[in-house]
Amino acid sequence: MSEVTKKLVVSASPHFRSKTTTTSIMLDVIIAMIPALVASVILFGYRSLVLTVVSVISCVVFEYLSRKVMKRHNTIGDLSAVVTGMLLAFNLPSTMPYWMVIIGAFVAIVIAKQFFGGIGNNFVNPALIGRIVLMASYPSQIGNFVAPFSHRGGVDAVTTATPLAQMTSVYSAENIGTAIDAAGFPSLLDMFLGVKGGCLGEVCILALVIGFVYLVVRKVISPVIPLVYVGTVAVAMLIAGKGDFTFMAYQVMAGGLVLGAVFMATDYTTSPVSFKGKIIYAIGCGVLTSLIRIFGSLPEGVSFSIIIMNILVPHIEHITTARPFGEVKEKKNKKEAEAK
Amino acid sequence: MRPLKIKVEGLLKAVKKGRGGVSIAHHKNTAGMRVIRIPTPPFVQIAMRQGIGAECTPVVKVGDYVKLGQLIGDSDAYISAPIYASISGTVTEIKDIKLSTGVMSKAVVIESDGFMAPDEFVPPVVTDAKSLVAAVRKSGLVGLGGAGFPAHVKLNLPQEAKIDTLIINAAECETYITVDYRECVENSVNIMRGVNAVSKYLHIDNVIIAVEDNKPIALQILKEIADSATQGEKVKVMALKSKYPQGAEKMIIQSATGRKMPPGKLPSDVGCVVMNVASIAFIGRYVATGKPLVSRSMTIDGSAIKTPKNVRVPIGTMMDYIVDYCGGFVEEPEKIVCGGPMMGSAITDINYPILKGNNALLAFKKGDLSIKKETDCIRCGRCAAACPLNLVPTNIEKFTKIGDIPKLKHSGALVCMECGSCAYSCPAGKPLVQHMRLAKAKIREEDAKK
Repeated sequence: MSEVTKKLVVSASPHFRSKTTTTSIMLDVIIAMIPALVASVILFGYRSLVLTVVSVISCVVFEYLSRKVMKRHNTIGDLSAVVTGMLLAFNLPSTMPYWMVIIGAFVAIVIAKQFFGGIGNNFVNPALIGRIVLMASYPSQIGNFVAPFSHRGGVDAVTTATPLAQMTSVYSAENIGTAIDAAGFPSLLDMFLGVKGGCLGEVCILALVIGFVYLVVRKVISPVIPLVYVGTVAVAMLIAGKGDFTFMAYQVMAGGLVLGAVFMATDYTTSPVSFKGKIIYAIGCGVLTSLIRIFGSLPEGVSFSIIIMNILVPHIEHITTARPFGEVKEKKNKKEAEAK
Repeated sequence: MRPLKIKVEGLLKAVKKGRGGVSIAHHKNTAGMRVIRIPTPPFVQIAMRQGIGAECTPVVKVGDYVKLGQLIGDSDAYISAPIYASISGTVTEIKDIKLSTGVMSKAVVIESDGFMAPDEFVPPVVTDAKSLVAAVRKSGLVGLGGAGFPAHVKLNLPQEAKIDTLIINAAECETYITVDYRECVENSVNIMRGVNAVSKYLHIDNVIIAVEDNKPIALQILKEIADSATQGEKVKVMALKSKYPQGAEKMIIQSATGRKMPPGKLPSDVGCVVMNVASIAFIGRYVATGKPLVSRSMTIDGSAIKTPKNVRVPIGTMMDYIVDYCGGFVEEPEKIVCGGPMMGSAITDINYPILKGNNALLAFKKGDLSIKKETDCIRCGRCAAACPLNLVPTNIEKFTKIGDIPKLKHSGALVCMECGSCAYSCPAGKPLVQHMRLAKAKIREEDAKK
């Protein structure tokens, strides 16, 4: 007779689980960021790699220490701190002093993430908060961009202005087309490949697009937020530029828009779950980014617009959560009742 | 511009409709195996509580000789179905036993005389809806798809109900289980008989036999027989996309007719009757022969079973006897599941008798079932995307934990059918189905207070 001598495992259904885990998702995000990291090393030299490593290590250490102090279980194994570390570095210029990066990592991990309960409970994107605090504290260092490939010359790094900073003169210009020519921007191809001044991870659009495709194919993110976000900015800039496509193309590829749209606006914890909610959230991000760029005193507005929309997410969720299958909308019912 | 518009609409539809459900490896290892009648077991324990509904009272005494198909238990309650002896022999004991579902029940133990001597069966006289319902009740049929809900209750439609579609559920979206598929392949004549009887006497004009598209042979066989039947265009065979939980009642109604069943309503409210393919085949055979429900087909599979098989077993056969027939265990299993891996229940032992609703017995080796460590929710939304009923399981879990009953009610937790898609896809390994059950219990508890 077949017998069972050992105790059987009894648990609630389902008895099969998908292989996806938090760690595997985070690993996918890390893989998706590698092309951008490689591009930044090519463009700005080994210092960008060191900066990223410093940022990652300090994020992981802060995560470990803060969990330890707060007497919570260890979560560094889920790799989310690594992702935050990479994103923080991606949002800084390659010239950033290392100790400042460590401060940024502290703000991101301890204040923005662990004070609110750790992974899944932070209400804003930790890496962005880290960047914003650094931006407010050390504005000159965070605006210190070097020209690409200048590390190869053997001379001191040549500082340069980012296309977006140059853009401020274009907004008020009478004729946008001539203003763009006069400003002396890199060519559109250079903009796409990343031969321009800027933060580590944001410059090479090609690498970011590769990362985006990887994440979508691996079903880590839905393409809705990045596409709608970038699309909204494109439309807004087309209107602002009075139909000038070149202006729009520069706007889309300049600054942190693509990096923000692909890697930061799509952060699970701080973006809506529903399809409708994602669209509202992404349009909000796009509109705010465009407004800050055109009317604000800052050249770039991606970080702030994502943070603002992060804060609005609970409200977006509240109005967009789908009703259970087959449930008739209350409004419709009321109308029907009135009709009767 | 028109084609473009259609494309855009189609795309939006795809995006919207693409939501819900999960794609799981099918593991239909036993699909090619004929259903084999197992040798008569030395004894059976026939539980008087076979599924949903009232417990039956034994109508036999210890020492009685019973024939195969003789009535041994019945109840006056409306939601109940009579129980028949599944083997011939002597009643040796009537005792309280624990069932695989965890509930206690009286059971009639019959020791086999080895002959399987049948009682005399008289085909029922069916002339209208009422006599059909009476015949189905008398047959002892309960839903063979798993829930074990007495079938006559389903067919006893309210007077005002306007039913235009009979849906035969042969989706079999659960992994491993292949008995419904075998039913389509081996028993299509009885399926058509059952379809004819039910649609004729209940005056239903359309019949849709719905099969997932991963079973092309079943589709072909059913199509052929549906075409050759005299019904003409009445019976349609429909291929459904293979996506779990396609076979759930609400899902199959939507896939087959496009209608959405509102929460708390019955299929009859949207003009449908849904029957499992094995149940309809049984009705087909019953109206022809009058032989009541005494056995059922089961898939015996899983990595710990030596030779997986599809078997026909008398109701009340002990599980260990069936496992023995399938060569025993390869090694000591870590988990034994009664039913499919997605919705079946893990059982504590194999000393349980088979119930009418059991469609599979699966035993798994250690490490075979990916058990994830539970970590914090990262709000990735996979559970919400997987939920076929548009729920947001992570929110329901949160509200359950903090005990926010009004929000729980609003979240629609009561709608949940516990298909397990959310827990399957959760990267944080949360036991979401368990939380759903807890949520329902909390809502009901609160309602009971009022």
